[in-house]
Amino acid sequence: MSWLQRLLPPKIQRASSNTRRAVPEGLWSKCPNCETVLYRAELEKNLYVCPKCSHHDRIGARERLDLTLDADGRYEIGAEVTPMDFLKFVDSKRYKDRLDQARKDTDEDDALLVMQGTIKEVPLVCAAFEFRFLGGSMGSVVGERFVRGVQTCCQNNLPFVCFAASGGARMQEGLTSLMQMAKTTAALTKLSAARLPFISILTDPTMGGVSASFALIGDVIIAEPGALIGFAGPRVIEQTVRQTLPEGFQRSEFLLEHGAIDMIVDRRNMRDRLANLITLLMRVAPA
Amino acid sequence: MKTTFLDFEQPVAELEAKIEQLRYVQDDSAVDISEEIARLQKKSASLTKDLYGKLSAWQISQVARHPQRPYSLDYINELFTDFEELHGDRAFADDPSIVGGLARFGSESIMVIGHQKGRDTKEKLHRNFGMPKPEGYRKALRLMRLAERFSIPVMTFVDTPGAYPGVGAEERGQSEAIGRNLFAMAELRVPIIVTIIGEGGSGGALAIAVGDIVQMLQYSIYSVISPEGCASILWKSAEKASLAAEALGITAKRLKTLRLIDNVITEPLGGAHRDHEAMMQIMRKSLQEALASLKRTSMDELLEKRFERMLGYGKFRAND
Repeated sequence: MSWLQRLLPPKIQRASSNTRRAVPEGLWSKCPNCETVLYRAELEKNLYVCPKCSHHDRIGARERLDLTLDADGRYEIGAEVTPMDFLKFVDSKRYKDRLDQARKDTDEDDALLVMQGTIKEVPLVCAAFEFRFLGGSMGSVVGERFVRGVQTCCQNNLPFVCFAASGGARMQEGLTSLMQMAKTTAALTKLSAARLPFISILTDPTMGGVSASFALIGDVIIAEPGALIGFAGPRVIEQTVRQTLPEGFQRSEFLLEHGAIDMIVDRRNMRDRLANLITLLMRVAPA
Repeated sequence: MKTTFLDFEQPVAELEAKIEQLRYVQDDSAVDISEEIARLQKKSASLTKDLYGKLSAWQISQVARHPQRPYSLDYINELFTDFEELHGDRAFADDPSIVGGLARFGSESIMVIGHQKGRDTKEKLHRNFGMPKPEGYRKALRLMRLAERFSIPVMTFVDTPGAYPGVGAEERGQSEAIGRNLFAMAELRVPIIVTIIGEGGSGGALAIAVGDIVQMLQYSIYSVISPEGCASILWKSAEKASLAAEALGITAKRLKTLRLIDNVITEPLGGAHRDHEAMMQIMRKSLQEALASLKRTSMDELLEKRFERMLGYGKFRAND
């Protein structure tokens, strides 16, 4: 928030959603959880985790892979695959226009970024969802890039890691989006048959068609603290059962308690823990 | 059984009411009005044909949800013999919104599994309106694994508004249950024939709808999200469901064009609910053909084709 904004009376101030941006534009940023005002460079250094309350802010796909992979020897997989509006889908906006806008906002072509690389010198393929691209929704391109990533693993004997952040299937591609659930999980059967591990990391949020396909059938499932993870959205559930939902419902801690995930890992430890898990699973000595 | 008419069928409903009236009069009348009745019946049929010739996607959704439409158990009881229903997921509960068990189709052992809605209020509640919980999907998976062990083909009937959005369902891992089924069905070593008979509601449908042959009844729907759900998110109003239905492309005809399903099964005039008996004959023939065609192919080849088909889903630009 700038000093000018701060001086304005509350009525003229922008809605709070603006201050909740994953990557704040200004020098300062306010934690959406504890409302502590943080120096942006400090927040960035802390991997967008609030130093006061450990709230994990959402981060983009490219930043995610930057934080996870070694700096050298990265190759993007599936960048040649880009979306098209084959249903000519129009709601209040045209799907084509939504795609253009999302491209402008994120500098990405679609909601999944896949890279081959290394983590502490151990080779792997790592995928990350870009939530700011149409809510990280899964359509044809997400499915295809996911599959190409998995296929690269099968061909080169590599483990596959995926950071999920998605509202679910992409409505604007109709049933084809639903079929991406079948497509991604089908690819994983080959990875499994090749005895290569799939580590699934659930970040805020992992919902709908993404959670109900590959995300919760990882060999090891990790969640970031406080992430919303579930099949149906909390509002839909509330409307259906007509009762207020319990505190912490569908959060990472709730899933751990109910046996749905293996562990919750703080973002600041994620790289170390991932490298450790992979070396253990692949039976190689740590670097 | 008296037919329940949908809103858009009102002209037919009025004619049918008139015919009914005339029949009643004829019973205690000396004048022969059977000719008049026959004329009206012909008119009713042609009117129905006209109406059903140009149904919108939203109207088809209503037919797909028609309260008198044949449900899974209707097909199971009519087309199969010696049905032994199998219950429970062996971990938590039996979910009555998915039924399944061993049965004979002709002389062949089949594992038949389907969503089940209810007819009256009591049964609707018991069946949870055909919306399964994780234990339902886990029961289905258990039965499919059983079928695999004894080389018994699997036939599924899909008819659900979607997986149940409830607190308990989330606590017990709705997502995992669905994902696990997709994974297992991709590599299940027995033929799988899937028929969408009513509503194919999103992940809740897909969880028993991965197979070697996927077919849809003419007036069934299959969708990534319900038209109402889509309308309330993208149009901010559930009232726009008819627009959403059109945009989503949820009808059998459209999905066949998009090559997401293999066959469209023609329904009797005015929909399956108008003539259960005729529907059963058509379904029997269709399942017989599907089964015969799969039996001509080796299991390895079937699995390869199933995998290729699943990996082929999706439309995108590729500059490679």
